[in-house]
Amino acid sequence: MQDPCQLVRKSFGDPVAADLRYVVKSVVGEENFVDMTPNFSNNFCCGGGGGFLQSGYAEERRAYGKVKLDQILTTKADYCITPCHNCHAQVHDLSEHYEAGYHTVHLWTLICLSLGVLGENERVYLGPDLADVNMPPGAEE
Amino acid sequence: MAEEVIRLKKKKGSTLKDEIAKILPEGGNLNLCLTCGMCSSGCPATGLHDMDPRKFLRMAALGMDEELKKHPWSWMCTMCMRCIYVCPMQINIPQLVFNIRGQWPREERPKGILGSCDMALRNDTCSAMGTTEEDFQFVVEDVLEEVRETQPGWEELEAPINKHGAYFFLNQNSREPVTEPDEMVPLWKIMHLAGADWTYGTKGWAAENYCMFMADNDAWKHILEVKVKAVEDLGCKVWLNTE
Repeated sequence: MQDPCQLVRKSFGDPVAADLRYVVKSVVGEENFVDMTPNFSNNFCCGGGGGFLQSGYAEERRAYGKVKLDQILTTKADYCITPCHNCHAQVHDLSEHYEAGYHTVHLWTLICLSLGVLGENERVYLGPDLADVNMPPGAEE
Repeated sequence: MAEEVIRLKKKKGSTLKDEIAKILPEGGNLNLCLTCGMCSSGCPATGLHDMDPRKFLRMAALGMDEELKKHPWSWMCTMCMRCIYVCPMQINIPQLVFNIRGQWPREERPKGILGSCDMALRNDTCSAMGTTEEDFQFVVEDVLEEVRETQPGWEELEAPINKHGAYFFLNQNSREPVTEPDEMVPLWKIMHLAGADWTYGTKGWAAENYCMFMADNDAWKHILEVKVKAVEDLGCKVWLNTE
């Protein structure tokens, strides 16, 4: 899971990072959660913030993001959870650009998936392994 | 025999660093650098265009104002604040960067950020994609109607708009209503299951503020004021920013 700078380091600090992990572990199961290093307030910015995504410096933005990419790949996790809009856009783009193979999901996607209420049109960012998991009863097809 | 002294061309009087220090709490501690390099060692922007946070601050300390004012690195630092977090002297390099961004002639700042800021200034939605109040309301109601009709068990799902007195005022990045509206639905479902009393506002619903990234102080302040007014006009207690 990415610790969004805006939410963690710049706003509510380590307690909210702990809260996020509590939610994520409750949702995916503790045994399926792999933390990246460093983490909490020491985590690295993904490179999507501060307007970088819109600045036109795409090459530099992806070079910056290489730090985040390597951090994610070291965990060998299949999904990176990004509880921030900018982080989602950047971390998703890094996976596509570097053909890294991991998927990037909003936290709301996983919460609804675990509750069994994630509709079929709400699964764009899930990989094939989870695409049909916990489909709510009565969903088309 | 001593080497010849290198003389920097430094203007007389205060430098850019001094001017910026004046407007920061504790002067941003801009004069306290020990040159330890903790900032640069943990900064993902280190090395981009041959720049890093320590070097940036050294250049400011040496009065190299002109070089700093046109260096594109100001737009590659995300102001994530990891440098100040690890700095033993709490030096506010992110604010130094922010205020140097503000020194750029407005029309020369990155087009993408400039365009998004100007678009947000067009109307009270504050949407960087220029989405109007009517369009936002239409998309939300349209998506909600489809969920109610096609997803069994969600006939009572709500996505309130301009609900006076709601506890939470929820805002939303423009990308969802504009390019992937189905992504709004999981959030609505969570709010519903949590029993939260919430609302969107047709004014001030857009979460983003590119004018802040652009360091256009008048503009980002205006955007913020429009959003605060929207929350207050609806009498909401908590403003939830998803950004």
